[in-house]
Amino acid sequence: MNFSDILTMRHELMLTLLALVVLIIDLNLHNRNKHLIIPVTLVLFFLHTVVGFLPAEKSILFGGMYRTNSLLVMMKNILNIGVLIILLQSVTWLKKEENREKISEYFVLLFSTLIGMDFMISSGDFLMFYLGLELATIPVAALAAYTHHNTKSAEAGIKLLLSSALSSGILLFGISLIYGSTGSIYYDTVMDMYQNSPMQVMAFIFFFTGMAFKISLVPFHLWTADVYEGAPINVTSYLSVISKGAAAFILIIVMFTVFNKLAPVYNHILYLISVLTMTIGNLFALRQKNMKRFLAFSSIAQAGFILLGILGGNVLGMTSVIYFVLVYIFSNLGAFGVVSAIQTVTGKESMDDYDGLYATNPKLSLLMMLALFSLAGIPPVAGFFGKFFLFASAASAGYYWLVFIAVLNATVSLYYYLLVVKAMFINKNETPLAYFKSDLATRTGLILSGLGIFILGFWSQIYEVINSLSFGIIH
Amino acid sequence: MSILNLFIIIPILTVVGIVLTKDLKQSRLVSAIGMGVQMLLSFVLVYLYLRERATGNTAAMLFTYDALWFPTLNIHYSLGVDGISVAMIALTGIVVFAGIFASWKVTYLPREFFISLIILASGVFGFFISVDLFTMFLFYELAVIPMYLLIGIWGSGPKEYSAMKLTLMLMAGSAMLMVGILGIYFFSSPDHSHLTFNLLEISKIRIPIEMQRFLFPFTFVGFGILGALFPFHTWSPDGHASAPTAVSMLHAGVLMKLGGYGAFRVAIFLMPEAAHEQAWIFLILTSISVVYGAFSAAVQNDLKYINAYSSVSHCGLVLFAVLMMNQTAMNGAIVQMISHGLMTALFFALIGMIYGRTHTRIIQEMGGLMKVIPFLGVVYVIAGLASLGLPGFSGFVAEMIIFTGAFQHVDVFHRVITIVAASSIVITAVYILRVVGLLLMGPIKNDHFLHLDDAKWYERISTITLVLAITAIGVAPFWLTNMINFSLAPIVEKLSAIQITSLF
Repeated sequence: MNFSDILTMRHELMLTLLALVVLIIDLNLHNRNKHLIIPVTLVLFFLHTVVGFLPAEKSILFGGMYRTNSLLVMMKNILNIGVLIILLQSVTWLKKEENREKISEYFVLLFSTLIGMDFMISSGDFLMFYLGLELATIPVAALAAYTHHNTKSAEAGIKLLLSSALSSGILLFGISLIYGSTGSIYYDTVMDMYQNSPMQVMAFIFFFTGMAFKISLVPFHLWTADVYEGAPINVTSYLSVISKGAAAFILIIVMFTVFNKLAPVYNHILYLISVLTMTIGNLFALRQKNMKRFLAFSSIAQAGFILLGILGGNVLGMTSVIYFVLVYIFSNLGAFGVVSAIQTVTGKESMDDYDGLYATNPKLSLLMMLALFSLAGIPPVAGFFGKFFLFASAASAGYYWLVFIAVLNATVSLYYYLLVVKAMFINKNETPLAYFKSDLATRTGLILSGLGIFILGFWSQIYEVINSLSFGIIH
Repeated sequence: MSILNLFIIIPILTVVGIVLTKDLKQSRLVSAIGMGVQMLLSFVLVYLYLRERATGNTAAMLFTYDALWFPTLNIHYSLGVDGISVAMIALTGIVVFAGIFASWKVTYLPREFFISLIILASGVFGFFISVDLFTMFLFYELAVIPMYLLIGIWGSGPKEYSAMKLTLMLMAGSAMLMVGILGIYFFSSPDHSHLTFNLLEISKIRIPIEMQRFLFPFTFVGFGILGALFPFHTWSPDGHASAPTAVSMLHAGVLMKLGGYGAFRVAIFLMPEAAHEQAWIFLILTSISVVYGAFSAAVQNDLKYINAYSSVSHCGLVLFAVLMMNQTAMNGAIVQMISHGLMTALFFALIGMIYGRTHTRIIQEMGGLMKVIPFLGVVYVIAGLASLGLPGFSGFVAEMIIFTGAFQHVDVFHRVITIVAASSIVITAVYILRVVGLLLMGPIKNDHFLHLDDAKWYERISTITLVLAITAIGVAPFWLTNMINFSLAPIVEKLSAIQITSLF
């Protein structure tokens, strides 16, 4: 390995180094001073994020197992920014007495999963893909059970572990069928060898089912709500934003390259699953009173929208999905950030507790409203643009009825997002949550996501960059 | 830089200004100044437009401004106005200005109120100056969403229910619209090479007839929901009744016109063949709107419901006239939009002022108000007479032109449906005179009403502005119709060039 290779793999290598550094610092710190890890890690991760933006060359390592190009680097950067915001939002929570012992574990586990996702995105064959996937999944289960003295959290960890083990098994079976029918695990070779024989279709279905578990598409979504509710709020936001975003990224790459020829077959499946996911996610979200469960079901519904872009099946579709995920990360982190800030300070996470919030915490309420509008796709915030482009890509392939169903679903989702807005702005409450001032880190995290929600839509440059990079992948 | 950009910039500056204010006094002053400037600007625009036309500029859109926004999808931030949009902008300017003065006494969260109101207004202004379907749609949704907060927070009665119903129904409308717009976009170029959202460019090509048949109902109903098309009008009475005064004014006065304007500018203009084919379905629906709305208004006892149903009836007439698709009727449609916008805004302003004094909106509980609040009483009668189409006011001009135009069709179907719709004139007279009689004449039923104050100065500003505008159009309609006609001519020409045999 020479220096340029190291530069190529800088995301993964630096994260590994970062995880090690955190462990070493933890070893040498006295128990009293454990909290010092937090600022150090934050600064280091910020540097990592910045370095990630250095220009990237298109290159291939390990004989095709690992590959990288500007688009993949951009995906990793998007995830990095998301993780940075989550880290900022979890500072207050980590500083709590009960978490002092295991601050470093939080960071190390989080970084491990991020390394896994980076490898997964950069994978050039199914083996690397599977390695990355496992590395991305198993530490998350540990994270979900982070507050293991809490029964719900422990339950969430076990549930996540079991269901991901099952889905990994299914996925691995799919991969083995792919290998069996094509004789290769390299994406490029598989792509050339695919002839849509029944076995290959079968292989794809198994593979897709495994992925559907990860993105929690209906009917593979049942683990989501319980895990989201049980896990600590920052882990929930990591699961719903970063994990899902990374899985969507890799899914779209694989669908558009490896299984490209299968499009006539999988379009029917995607159509159906997309409608089911949007509708069922929305219908379940209608009745939720717990904010975490509420956001869990809303994020299931959002995953249904992502499929619209894949159905588009062209550069427009790929660009729109990546752009949508980018916008989704900021919007959802805005919403989770507010829930997290309130939960950490007051311990409340029910929608009824938000009654009259605007009177006491106007800024939090405004950010929450913007984030929810962005999730619902209301202008002028970024979510509108994300949804519009996604729908445009589906329409470009002629799926007008699907677009109609999707926009109707967006209207249904607006109903329950407005319920929260109604709670905060309209409902009267004798004893609203008292005013509190979040600390600097939380505020920075919230402001970052707020800025993202506002700027991303108007700043068309971002969309154009993604588009030009996607163009390179498909053509 | 085109003058049109100012219509976006001024509201933004006003909102920033309100954010910096501290209390009701400051925020209403900033809003009044901002929207006053906006109104003057819209008058300046009318003047500039007429001058430009007088010098012989025959371009379809004037004062155009174009900036490429999303190059991949060829989305432009593209502005431009013709006679029709200039008229609508002037209407919006007047109604918003009057609305600010009608909400002079909003004490609960005043800053938030005015900010939401101005965001709503900027959405409407943006909609009327957009030439690009994408920005048009963006502004359309921008105008809808503040309604939820405005009704939900500052409304009265079952406000949460009404706010949610209104928002969801309008958003379902925009769902249909989204399909329509995307469909138009992907067929905006015969060989799919230069797709565009630009209205004028799309109007030059012919969208395949099969696609038109599919997309026209989506687009028309999408806008029609906002224009209170039967059976999708149910959000309107509840929404208007629960909304605070200024919001009812803006909503019935201007926002519902987005529906009529869009149905005409986007649905019919871009898909004329399908419009000809399917017009009969929507003509039946709109004439139901017209008659049913008028009948419903006649049996209501709540002032706001009466006016809300009367809006359904009048806005139905706009869509009815647009669907007649000839020069005269469409001209009438635009005049009706302006006229109804002013009239209904005046009505809602007056209802708000009366309610603020009597604390009831049930007409049976009131009576003889003319004796105690003569100013408001007289203005109410003026609004009523304008609404039932008395010559000298704008309502007469509009209805006259519409029914003349509609009767120009020689076939039986159009004749019959015109007669049916025209029957609403009589019913309108019934409910207007009923209200005027019960509300203003007769004995005073409640001693408490003997001590009511007449209109304050800010209320007079609000009402007089509107009355002046109504009378101006009633006395000198040629001013307005000339402006509209010039821009309408090419559109009608395009429509009449089509030879499609419809069912009727």
